[in-house]
Amino acid sequence: MKRLILMAFMLISGVAFAQTEGYKVGDVVKDFSLKNVNNKMVALADYKDAKGYIVVFTCNTCPVAKAYQARISALNAAYAAKGYPVIAINPNDAEAVPDESFQKMQALASEKKFNFPYLLDPDHIVTKQFGATKTPHVFVLNKTDKGNVVEYIGAIDNDPEEANTTKVEYVKNAINELSTGKKPAIASTKAVGCSIKWKKAKYNLATIADEFAYIA
Amino acid sequence: MRIFSIICLSLIAYCATAQVRLLKLDELDKRIANGKDTTYVINFWATWCSPCVAELPNFEKLRLANLKKPVKVLLVSLDFKSKLQKEVIPFVQQNKVNAEVFLLNEPDQQQYIERIDKKWSGAIPATLFVNKKARRFYEKEFTETELKNTLLNLK
Repeated sequence: MKRLILMAFMLISGVAFAQTEGYKVGDVVKDFSLKNVNNKMVALADYKDAKGYIVVFTCNTCPVAKAYQARISALNAAYAAKGYPVIAINPNDAEAVPDESFQKMQALASEKKFNFPYLLDPDHIVTKQFGATKTPHVFVLNKTDKGNVVEYIGAIDNDPEEANTTKVEYVKNAINELSTGKKPAIASTKAVGCSIKWKKAKYNLATIADEFAYIA
Repeated sequence: MRIFSIICLSLIAYCATAQVRLLKLDELDKRIANGKDTTYVINFWATWCSPCVAELPNFEKLRLANLKKPVKVLLVSLDFKSKLQKEVIPFVQQNKVNAEVFLLNEPDQQQYIERIDKKWSGAIPATLFVNKKARRFYEKEFTETELKNTLLNLK
């Protein structure tokens, strides 16, 4: 019984912790090595000439992410040559959503002719490091002597449906500012997106919480 | 005869679209302001959001349990406007959703997210409990019991 209470406490504090983790603007990013759709591993350090990165958490199935696919390709086309390549990461678990499988990622990347890496993040390790919560979710990084510093977190623009007459292109603006040595004027934004489809936990949290409430 | 058929046709068209209306935040604010003692339980959802779809029946139960009370359940979809006819209306019909359903007609997410609640990250499901005296916003999924208790404890 005591063990159960302890476990419930650990789980609850674990969840509370999970909500606060993740990079904030100004944090230095830990490098990662993830498998690309071409089966090769990709790390930030592979890009020797990069001045920074556009890390995009995106996926195969989310309607919002799909609406942004062409814009993500366009970002890479415009900024990779200027030193800011797009690195796309799929944070979703394929067991939770079969259409998020590696094979389906490969199919999408070849169908849409992705000109940037599209990486698998099994067990959500990198996703959790970044603190990504939805797709699409962008982190603009700036390479410095300290490491890769997060300079912008949020949406690509404020116009998911391409219907906003007062469109602001947050990511483009942030990179334009960074490339002239300035800090982005808008360093974080909010957006509606699809929640990340996490791997199912071995313990059902709700059941344990109920049990805990019963004991208490 | 011609006029009659025009009226019929427009009535049919009206019924088909009447189930889901486009909604501006100004209209929502006005409705709340004019609501006297009504408490509005406003759920933000989308057809593509599986946890949202899963909790919709809980909102229907809340609505049915409060039919005689000054409580209104409003379901505000954040689906794209272009999906209104093709996805949102068919979804509402197929799932026999009886609460009032709207599709949010605001182009700028950044603005409307902040306006609905400063603490909202933009993740859905999210629910706003609001009347003239209280305003509580929750970025979470609700069980039937949680909905009932949150409504009861709203001060």
